[in-house]
Amino acid sequence: MTRSGLELRGVELRVDGQVHIHRTDVALAPQGFNILLGPTLAGKTTLMRLMAGLLKPTAGEVWFHGRNVTAVPVRARGVAMVYQQFINYGHQSVYENIASPLRVARASRAEIKARVGRIAELLQLSPLLDRRPAELSGGQQQRTALARALVKDAGLVLLDEPLANLDYKLREALRDELPRLFADRDCTVVYATTEPGEALLLGGHTATVHEGRVTQFGATSTVYRRPVDLLAARAFSDPPMNSAPVVKRGGNFELGGVTAWPAQRALAGLADGPYTVGLRPHRVQPLAGGATGAVTVEGRVAIAEISGSESVVHFDLHGSTWVSQSHGVHAFDVGTMAAFSLDVSRALYFAPDGRCVGSAED
Amino acid sequence: MGVPMNRIKWLLPLLYILFVLLPIYWLLNMSFKTTNEILGSFTLWPDQFTLQNYRTIFTDPTWYVGYLNTLAYVLANTAISLAVALPAAYAFSRYRFLGDKHLFFWLLSNRMAPPAVFALPFFQLYSAIGLFDTHIAVALAHCLFNVPLAVWILEGFMSGVPKELDETAFVDGYSFPRFFFRIFIPTIAAGIGVAAFFCFMFSWVELLLAKTLTAVAAKPIAATMTRTASTSGYELGLLSAAGALTIVPGALVIYFVRNYIAKGFALGRV
Repeated sequence: MTRSGLELRGVELRVDGQVHIHRTDVALAPQGFNILLGPTLAGKTTLMRLMAGLLKPTAGEVWFHGRNVTAVPVRARGVAMVYQQFINYGHQSVYENIASPLRVARASRAEIKARVGRIAELLQLSPLLDRRPAELSGGQQQRTALARALVKDAGLVLLDEPLANLDYKLREALRDELPRLFADRDCTVVYATTEPGEALLLGGHTATVHEGRVTQFGATSTVYRRPVDLLAARAFSDPPMNSAPVVKRGGNFELGGVTAWPAQRALAGLADGPYTVGLRPHRVQPLAGGATGAVTVEGRVAIAEISGSESVVHFDLHGSTWVSQSHGVHAFDVGTMAAFSLDVSRALYFAPDGRCVGSAED
Repeated sequence: MGVPMNRIKWLLPLLYILFVLLPIYWLLNMSFKTTNEILGSFTLWPDQFTLQNYRTIFTDPTWYVGYLNTLAYVLANTAISLAVALPAAYAFSRYRFLGDKHLFFWLLSNRMAPPAVFALPFFQLYSAIGLFDTHIAVALAHCLFNVPLAVWILEGFMSGVPKELDETAFVDGYSFPRFFFRIFIPTIAAGIGVAAFFCFMFSWVELLLAKTLTAVAAKPIAATMTRTASTSGYELGLLSAAGALTIVPGALVIYFVRNYIAKGFALGRV
């Protein structure tokens, strides 16, 4: 029998008459990572507080393991949470911090010692157990918070942007460890992030969140490949996805009245009319010295950034701003015209109401 | 050019410190003299050094009981103020409720009223209910000023603690009381120290209410000092020794909370 994980059934949250979370129905995967992906203030943390039971929904129910837990107070729920800020009990040693959920649950002294030891080993905190959190680096403080969340084997672990306050190196190291930490644990993990890259790396399932609304939930790769609408597609793209109005006429999509490409396979069945084409920045590549691609456009360079081995170019084309992201260092002079190749075989098409109506990969 | 500048650099603070410490030095100086020497001649240090003044204070109950009375109501007041202010400050820092900001300001405005305004009502009230001339009467009266102050200071420290700490504790399974006493109070220990210090000091130096609400049984040291001065002539040496001793508790408490007070200043709450 497959056990159900956490379910939000018609959950809604209003504060002082303002809707903070719109009616949400979502059944999280009982195992593995469930990513909440969305920009800052989209409502990811609020959703997590609702899941944990720190906030009571205005309407709707929270179910966990097939049980309605809406009225169960947070301390009786068996959840664990790690915040973006490094939250630890500053007056206690690392050992006491990790042991605290077990002490509250009245575990025996020997069991506490064994479990804290095991978790500390796993998170490489063993040499630091006697220190105070303030004497640790940011990464070690967050490891302590993670250890405290893991030590009690909660059925639901909520990670609210746990890596956001860490520097680049530490973030990568800890992110690589996360899947391993949860690999053989029987728990539902919810992980909030603003970075699409993190969602793809952690895999599992993804819910895109936009302005208090879960716009899509599904397997991460599906959400990435087939967003249901423009909002979900935009959430899952960094830099933001290019979107521009196109018109389907006959068997072709026309961009700005000059560039056209054929509507192939399933797309040929779309009715004629206005659509929005969506193309991720790495599907827009700069063309060097007179070369041509499948679909070539010329735009005026507005911003050119080079970061490491990557070039990001913003250019104006038919009144919209496009972004191209390419490997290697490509130098552009701002204000000049440059040619770009659009890989329309990976394009998404959206109806005027934002719904995704087709993908060139279908 | 460099040498005179350097000299002035330490000269100015030195002069200032001398100026500030002069009265205290003079008080100590007098406390080691006999009353005759104080009245008879001008000496920069005691000619006939004596500890008799201090000996009198520590052996004569009319003197040392004054200190014990003062300590009793000051400590009672500090304890009551903190016990009341801790939950109040938590509510102000963590919850939003109708009129919270107005209530917070009103609480603070209590400190703006001069104690003399309250002396008469307190006297009448405590006489009527039989609390007159008790330590608890003074301790309660001082709460009028110290509770708002403690709430104000503690609220600042509590708001500096992210509410995620509370949530983490609840998620970890702590009940509210257990969280409050085991996690929260240790976390804001510095703030409690600063609040206790200010309650202690205000209660220690407050004279008007303390004198009005007591007669014999709970007479504070300051009252003992003024009354002795008027009845048995001018025992200046003895008075100086008593004065010097009243500085000691404050100096001790300041020494222990000096680092925390700086933190309180940084929060803008001291």
